[in-house]
Amino acid sequence: MAEYETHEYDVLVIGAGGAGLRAAIEAAASGVSVGMVCKSLLGKAHTVMAEGGIAAALANVDDRDNWRVHFADTLRGGQYLNNWRMAELHAKEAPACVRELEAWGALFDRTEDGRILQRNFGGHRYPRLAHVGDRTGLEMIRTLQDHGIHQGIQVHMERAIIALLKDGERIAGALGYDRERGRFRLFQAAAVVMATGGIGRAYKINSNSWEYTGDGDSLAYHAGAALMDMEFVQFHPTGMVWPPGVRGILVTEGVRGEGGILTNKEGRRFMFDEIPDNYRSQTAETEEEGWRYTQGDKSARRPPELLTRDHVARCIVREVREGRGSPHGGVFLDIAWIKERVPKAAEHIKRKLPSMYHQFKQLADIDITQHPMEVGPTTHYMMGGIKVDGDTQMSTVPGLFAAGECAAGLHGANRLGGNSLSDLLVFGKRAGRYAAEFAKEKGHGQINTDEAEQAARNALEPFQRGTAAGEGPYQVQQDLQEMMQDLVGIVRREDEMLRALEGISSLRERAQRVGVPGNREYNPGWHTALDLESLLTVSEAITRAALERKESRGAQFRDDYPNKDPVSGKINIIIQKGPEGEMQVRREPIPEMPAELQGIIEEMG
Amino acid sequence: MTQAAFKIWRGDAQDGGFKDYSTTVTEGMVVLDALHQIQADSANDMAIRWNCKAGRCGSCSAEVNGSPRLTCMTRLSELPLDEPVTVEPMKTFPLIKDLVTDLSWNFEAKKRIKKFRPRPPDPDGRYRMAQDDVDRVQEFRKCIECFLCQDVCHVLREHHMEQEFIGPRFFVYVAALEMHPLDTENRLEELKRAEGIGLCNITKCCTKVCPEDIKITDNAIIPLKERVVDQFYDPIRRLFRVLRK
Repeated sequence: MAEYETHEYDVLVIGAGGAGLRAAIEAAASGVSVGMVCKSLLGKAHTVMAEGGIAAALANVDDRDNWRVHFADTLRGGQYLNNWRMAELHAKEAPACVRELEAWGALFDRTEDGRILQRNFGGHRYPRLAHVGDRTGLEMIRTLQDHGIHQGIQVHMERAIIALLKDGERIAGALGYDRERGRFRLFQAAAVVMATGGIGRAYKINSNSWEYTGDGDSLAYHAGAALMDMEFVQFHPTGMVWPPGVRGILVTEGVRGEGGILTNKEGRRFMFDEIPDNYRSQTAETEEEGWRYTQGDKSARRPPELLTRDHVARCIVREVREGRGSPHGGVFLDIAWIKERVPKAAEHIKRKLPSMYHQFKQLADIDITQHPMEVGPTTHYMMGGIKVDGDTQMSTVPGLFAAGECAAGLHGANRLGGNSLSDLLVFGKRAGRYAAEFAKEKGHGQINTDEAEQAARNALEPFQRGTAAGEGPYQVQQDLQEMMQDLVGIVRREDEMLRALEGISSLRERAQRVGVPGNREYNPGWHTALDLESLLTVSEAITRAALERKESRGAQFRDDYPNKDPVSGKINIIIQKGPEGEMQVRREPIPEMPAELQGIIEEMG
Repeated sequence: MTQAAFKIWRGDAQDGGFKDYSTTVTEGMVVLDALHQIQADSANDMAIRWNCKAGRCGSCSAEVNGSPRLTCMTRLSELPLDEPVTVEPMKTFPLIKDLVTDLSWNFEAKKRIKKFRPRPPDPDGRYRMAQDDVDRVQEFRKCIECFLCQDVCHVLREHHMEQEFIGPRFFVYVAALEMHPLDTENRLEELKRAEGIGLCNITKCCTKVCPEDIKITDNAIIPLKERVVDQFYDPIRRLFRVLRK
């Protein structure tokens, strides 16, 4: 029998990125005991990679902005599949959350009169992103971390959760292991907040760290929670494409916000070639107008480079497929050209985009103040995830909450840049508050230790098979990533996705046979073997949801159904584990929007 | 395609040594890519820390050919590949396994530093700050907590004065708090005593290894030392303190 240490908390937060930290801080503030577990060291979560900024209608730079415009922008970007209640709360509460972060020590870039500066970003009508150069995510996680360490939160670093434990219908705790020694840890908790981030490691080309294996989605699914919108995987249009080792690393949308343009090998600004109807009235007609927009001219409309990410990514794929790409299979992103317009352009670029300057100089030998970058789409973000109640963030499992990337609803079919960091703050805070309330009201459930022991025994199987098993976990992971990239990527077709489902089931068989060498102490081979279950579960969910949605909308582009289908535009696709352990797919109508919100959408056009 | 040879430190606190590996080199590859290839092909259980692979998270610190570096930002093309590349864990911290060290002391040291205490906001509930005042502190807030500066600092590396000295990373942290336009706390007493700023003899080793190019010594440590001197050794202030007693 496996041995384990036991910890008891009123609220257990799984994940210590922006959402997890914000949830833990809020729960601790309401007087309950809080434990937080994270797979990496504190402060290293993927939030550090966020570059552009936090979207919040502070109206510091353009006083026409307010929550109603932000709400309408978010729904337009999400193609109206969003959970409108979440979009409403998000738009209303984001400004206060940004100011709260400032009161905890975050130092944003300033306007002339000393207020928080805001920048332009794709799909946002007005300059809305509070930012710190292009390292906003680092500022945010460090602020939350440095504030959080004084709030009495018990932090368990480098621990991974492998199973959620229930008492009947409700949540009762979780089982995990510590990476350092490989010992099992049992967490008894009255409420659990999932804040595990995304699923990017299911794809070969991605901007995500090793942690992004969809643990939260998978654990919640196996605990019976409903997942929603899993077909909507965001491919960020601008990842690095060269050299090979850096392929997929993110190039911030802020480059385009500062005036950067996309060109093909003929030097043509191809983004002007195709403008979606629902954005036509908001998009610049000439290059001149687009430039004026990026420089703050309020009478100008945004350049087509700042259309939504799904659209920009597809235009890049089109250029490459039709033979107009750059030498390494991308297109050109050029910020150096602004030297024609801006005095001391090199200094200006280094000041506005220091991390980008550094990243290209060091990793690709390219000086972005002088030369264009080569960029192409990279798997970046999961719009779908655990289905939650808009107000409380509770999943369909009582006591199990979710916030941030692993929760679904706010972003609908496509997320706007900058709406992620604000999502983490607004809904991390809400999840923390309501998880604490749940814990106070309902108290602890009873853990079934047999269930925990079974999960621990299963986790040790790769050692019993050892290297004699013939296959290690890395090959299975790589084969899955390649298959998802090829068959369930930016452009999807039914026949390819059916092949992917067959592929997933044979990979699952291989995953059940992998063996690892060595012992339980800090053994990444073992950790990777355990992550495979999550990756396979989310890959299957993505594929089944994408098959079910027989239309093209937002991040989902179906070659065999290239148009929007009005009926599909009124439903979300739900994934849930069936009684026999099979993955069930169903359609759920989107609840009707209240007249007040409907009025905002109509008014904003 | 060329092959490169590596000597990678394998083992735990009890026992270990360099092991030889070889892997294929492709254009633009960094040391962390090589470590990952080796891990996937022939050393599944080799312990490595990493996250972002883009120089932002500060997880993959190690000593490459003897120099403290982020392995994700160290390109193989800048190293001589006619001899093996050595990769070993940071020496200052207790070893857990292979390239992974126990960094928990750093997290404890940070907790002991007095937290941010802002002044009240303006009457409209907002804070106003000038960009110039913010710039100075933003330099310190670029820190990614890779702890390479801690690794290279003699006071920690050779003398292991972890109880008396917080190290360059946390002087940068204290500087960011002390120079924060909104902060009202005074941390000079602790800097002088518990945090041991006097033990730093300004050799600038920390500044040299900082992957974020923070001028740790010139912009953080020296100004803090000056503030400590002003508060505790300025004769007029001393007199004032004596009189006040």
